[in-house]
Amino acid sequence: MKPPPFDYHGPATLGEALDVLAEAGPDGKVLAGGQSLIPLLNMRLAAPAHIVDVNRVPGLDGIEAGPPGVRVGALARHAAVERSPEAAAALPLLRQALRLVAHPVIRNRGTVVGSLVHADPSAEMPAVLALLGGSVRLASRGGEREVPAAEFFTGPMESALRPGELAVSAFFPALPARSGTAFHEVARRHGDYAVAGVAAAVTLDEDLRVAAARVACVSVGPVPVVVDVTAACGPRPAASADWEAAAAAVRDRVEPEGDIHATADYRRHLTGVLAVRALRDAAAAAHGEEA
Amino acid sequence: MNETRHRVTLTVNGVLHEAEVPGRRLLSDCLRHDLGLTGTHVGCEHGVCGACTVLLDGEPVRSCLTFAVTADGHEITTVEGLARGGGEPSPVQRAFTECHALQCGFCTPGFLCTVTAFLRDNPAPSEEEALEAVAGNLCRCTGYQNILKAVHRAAELQAEEDR
Repeated sequence: MKPPPFDYHGPATLGEALDVLAEAGPDGKVLAGGQSLIPLLNMRLAAPAHIVDVNRVPGLDGIEAGPPGVRVGALARHAAVERSPEAAAALPLLRQALRLVAHPVIRNRGTVVGSLVHADPSAEMPAVLALLGGSVRLASRGGEREVPAAEFFTGPMESALRPGELAVSAFFPALPARSGTAFHEVARRHGDYAVAGVAAAVTLDEDLRVAAARVACVSVGPVPVVVDVTAACGPRPAASADWEAAAAAVRDRVEPEGDIHATADYRRHLTGVLAVRALRDAAAAAHGEEA
Repeated sequence: MNETRHRVTLTVNGVLHEAEVPGRRLLSDCLRHDLGLTGTHVGCEHGVCGACTVLLDGEPVRSCLTFAVTADGHEITTVEGLARGGGEPSPVQRAFTECHALQCGFCTPGFLCTVTAFLRDNPAPSEEEALEAVAGNLCRCTGYQNILKAVHRAAELQAEEDR
């Protein structure tokens, strides 16, 4: 179908964008990549009175990668972050996750920050931000605030973003030395939202024993479900870590719901299987970095 | 209801076009209805089928998930712009013909635009890369085997031309 009518605003500066958003209040919606918003409009599931198109605002498409992590601007497309060698070097998990986001053509337009604000619990990038303990920077006419991932995702498709605010960037912190990551998911069709998915990060100590292990699970709760499985793995060498025990801990923590795509039990089972695969691969990657 | 209309300037297939469109005009509808370029097909209108794929500043995008006003001032290539001068089909178009990579033809414009950009960036793709490249486009006639053959054939034709 066609989108419902709205007042279109195409601000040329950040200040102008924040002014329009402040005036529009709860009736305003930001348009960046539009790969989630425009389907919602086309299907008439959303009908905001004002659309604030930030695509002309300069300075929002940055990808800054360094030892502390990667900061991604509001207009950085999935494809740009996926292809950035600096971002991949600082945080391989970004590319591992981005390859699972929809299809390449959608990634040419969709933005990482837009995915975060859309806050779909089935989406990959919110899980990555939650796993790493990253944050989202929100700007409004009154100033800026940096909201940690744990407080940013408040429910299915709901975030801490307030009316009048624009998410200008997100920060994905890098992991300590001897860390590895992996992202595994199962979807009914390639490129669809995952029935279940698990992002894992494993850090080894100097003796190559598991020092920290965490997973973030998609499609099994109202927000990305982060589980610290360090204790379940035991302080053992990665090769003999008890990934099955870790998976059991993950299965206990997730709260899947059944729908037409999968039953709750199946999602729980899949999450356990994917947790083992992701943790094992993450540990292997952590080893690789050491060697 | 009187909607505000916005003047947009689009360079489509190298030709400058102007149109006055409401903010909600999808790029796909702008191309088809305002500019009369009906080669771009509209299937699902929510980004799933890929029939409406065009090149925006050279990169394939869903024209049904882009507003015409957002594309103001940008360059667009549609299926009408893929052929060479004099209407000679491009290597990708020739390969689709040779390999019978289409039947009803509805999805074809989206495939042609997607594959054209893909082979520009990756002139010698692996089987897996080619599969990934066309995975975002739906075809309900061919079963994809011939489309994949055409991707590789197009790569060959392009390599021959460049030689």
